[in-house]
Amino acid sequence: MAKPARYIGLEDGAAASARAPHKVGWLLCYPDTYEIGLPNQGLQILREIVNERDDAYAERGYAVWSDLEAIMRRERIPFFSVETHTSAADFDAIAFNLSAELTYTNVLNCVDLAGVPVRSDERDETHPLVIIGGHCTYNPEPLADFVDVVVLGDGEEVIGDITDVLREWRAEGKAPGSKANVLRALAQVEGVYVPSLYDVSYDGPFLAEVTPRFADVPERVEKRTVADLGEWPYPKQQLVPLTEVVHDRLNVEVFRGCTRGCRFCQAGMITRPVRERPADQVRTMIDEGLQRTGYDEVTLTSLSTADFSGIEQTVDDVMNLDTGSAQPITLGLPSLRVDAFTVGLANKIQNARRTGLTFAPEAGTWRMRQVINKLIREEDLYGAVGSAYSQGWRRMKLYFLTGLPSETDEDTLGIAELAKNCVELGREHHKNPSVTVSVGGFVPKPFTPFQWFGQNTEDELRRKINLLKDTTRKMNGVQLKWHDPRASVIEGLLSRGDRRLGPVLELVWRRGGVFQEWGEHFDERLWLDAMAECGLDPDWYIHRHRTEDEVLPWDHLSAGLHKDFLWMDWQDALAEVGLPDCRWTPCYDCGACTGYSIEHIVASATPPAGGSQGTGQPLDAGHSVPVSLTPRMPQGARP
Amino acid sequence: MTPPHTERIRIRFEKFGRIRFTSHRDVARVWERSLRRSRLPVSYSEGFSPRPRLRFGLALATSHESCGEYLDVDLEPGAVSSGLVDIDVLIPLVNPTLPPGMSIQAIAHVEPGAPSLQESVDSCSWLVDVPQLNVGEAHDLVERALAAEELPVTRARKGKSVTDDIRPNVRTLRVADPDELPPAAEWQPAGALLRAELGTQPRACRTAELLAAVDPTLEEGRVIRLHQWTMVDGVRREPIPLPASPPVGAGIARPSTAHANERAS
Repeated sequence: MAKPARYIGLEDGAAASARAPHKVGWLLCYPDTYEIGLPNQGLQILREIVNERDDAYAERGYAVWSDLEAIMRRERIPFFSVETHTSAADFDAIAFNLSAELTYTNVLNCVDLAGVPVRSDERDETHPLVIIGGHCTYNPEPLADFVDVVVLGDGEEVIGDITDVLREWRAEGKAPGSKANVLRALAQVEGVYVPSLYDVSYDGPFLAEVTPRFADVPERVEKRTVADLGEWPYPKQQLVPLTEVVHDRLNVEVFRGCTRGCRFCQAGMITRPVRERPADQVRTMIDEGLQRTGYDEVTLTSLSTADFSGIEQTVDDVMNLDTGSAQPITLGLPSLRVDAFTVGLANKIQNARRTGLTFAPEAGTWRMRQVINKLIREEDLYGAVGSAYSQGWRRMKLYFLTGLPSETDEDTLGIAELAKNCVELGREHHKNPSVTVSVGGFVPKPFTPFQWFGQNTEDELRRKINLLKDTTRKMNGVQLKWHDPRASVIEGLLSRGDRRLGPVLELVWRRGGVFQEWGEHFDERLWLDAMAECGLDPDWYIHRHRTEDEVLPWDHLSAGLHKDFLWMDWQDALAEVGLPDCRWTPCYDCGACTGYSIEHIVASATPPAGGSQGTGQPLDAGHSVPVSLTPRMPQGARP
Repeated sequence: MTPPHTERIRIRFEKFGRIRFTSHRDVARVWERSLRRSRLPVSYSEGFSPRPRLRFGLALATSHESCGEYLDVDLEPGAVSSGLVDIDVLIPLVNPTLPPGMSIQAIAHVEPGAPSLQESVDSCSWLVDVPQLNVGEAHDLVERALAAEELPVTRARKGKSVTDDIRPNVRTLRVADPDELPPAAEWQPAGALLRAELGTQPRACRTAELLAAVDPTLEEGRVIRLHQWTMVDGVRREPIPLPASPPVGAGIARPSTAHANERAS
């Protein structure tokens, strides 16, 4: 069996389980391998919040690799928690974090391996509830047949509300027939969607209506949003794994939400508004976290870390930390903007490991970048890259998407052109500069302005990638990497699919289609065959443009964004019109703040240096525009 | 290259319980983090990607337990001689930073220029549980192994299959009594227990190879490395000998358990 250390728990920070018979038991799962799932911050946050309660405990589970699964099925060993190797069926809830569509079949597999029926209507009071949360749940419809409860939005508060309901249920002894009542009670909790309490009707291939079956069930489920990240300084005890995992370092979330407004980016749309963590809380979490874990590397996570108001001070502080070692701390700044400010910031990280810098221009031409609202001018990119080369970096990585709305071959080839120019800039400073171009096929996601866009076909994506391959082959110093277009297409199927895909998921899973996000396991044929057997047309689901009046499978859910805002933004995209960042310019009422009476929380009303991202806006006057800002109280005034 | 003025300490530790499923590389990373948490002034390599100067002895196979694993740690110049690091008080400082099942038993100062652990260890003693064998069958197996002129094992190396004779590296082999299990081993043998001393030069002979060489159908169960032996001036000794063992089961400190309780609180 490979890597048995995946299954032993014992991570530093994982205190002895607080399990007790009277407590509500949560099994928090990531439906992928331990190496991918362990670092997931969402699950770690929820684990701590549950374990701090007197009436509940949480343990963790991860999808087991095929070698162990074969042993488990042969020896009848059920899916288990890594802490105590308790059977998953012994928990009150098995909850999954879903961050990638291609893990859906793993959810079915974990539940089945637990000895629990995969379909929710075959489970009763004697079974755990199957709950899902995470970004993919903004369209949970393909999983509607299999899950009992869907959670939308931030989990910090809602997991407590759900625990309260489950505690009552336990106390009453989970009487036969009581599951229906519990689901009804959970449907009252803000942010909770219970798919089985809704009827779906169709008009030919089109969705006609999704309607609640009872008067007390909400017609539209709103996401949960925590108003102030400063009140949730989690994880306090980030788990330190014994075996190698991805992102194996301390992670500190500096803010949640993003208003850059990139139109392809679901994360930026569904996590609004921006909520910054107080800068001194960030410093405390870094300082204590490094000391406790023994890591020598910390990453400041967010959707655009250079936008954090306290970023310069935080970087300085981390570089000056006394760790008792002669080695400086390695500081990771992911999701950086493309501008010289960013490079200045990176340059502060005085560290011998000056390996590479990553930028994400996302598209090859200014026209295309206006369409996607990633408003980086070429001079911004070249300024950033040139400055990085001049300060010692030799390797750049550039991220791009292809298959974007209205993309022409000129736009696609613009990617190669940008890369070539970056290498040439590098030659002024180094002998062998290198630029790695990473190209992903664009997958339209729910609750984005591009949710109406018909995704490029596999052939079209392949043609564009080949175009880039041919063009970059002759370019010295440019390496091209690309995402498998077949996987993008199946992602697209699930991303905007409806409940009719349930049987497809089940067929694919029953035929062994697990770990579909792993190249060696992905099998497009399984999906297309299952679609055909279910009489469903992949083109209709994946490649068709939607119209304004079409009922979308997620219309009865809400990420706080007005549908007409998204449509307007889609029209603006097609007209190649950019939309400024609302942190420093007037509100355009996307709905996220106004709908929930919450506001952006930023530490400073002055936009960060270099924040224009090429929009040409006079952002240095940011504080004088009529924008709703909530400057944080001085730290001393806070509890 | 080690700069001339670093000071080296040698740590002997045990590894028991669930943590046995971690690999040699995993254990190396655990040590890096633990030594940072202990704020020891570990010396780092120069260059593009500085690493802490830690050197490990012979790799312990994943799933094997051990009474005596070793690592050498280079500290910054003067760390010990100036009194900054007192190796006599280091154990209680570092042990709480180790995961349950791993704990330090002894620390010694190592003279500059001493041979590395990899070079100096000449043989290891093992206890091997063989679930498929009863005691009588185990005696037969021992007899056959010791009587054999050659014990060829074939393994894949760089895509080619290589055959080695491991017989010269089988120094001693006998059936062991379950009483010989060290107190930290919280298990009982599922079958017969073998005790072997296997040579490590030029290439360490593995317990699984020994079984396979005698009978390819045999698979090892739980395995414990009891000792690692060096040969210095014709004298066989451990890199860091422990104080004479008290009688089995008589109040031996079991840091792994104590440690686990501490963490749980």
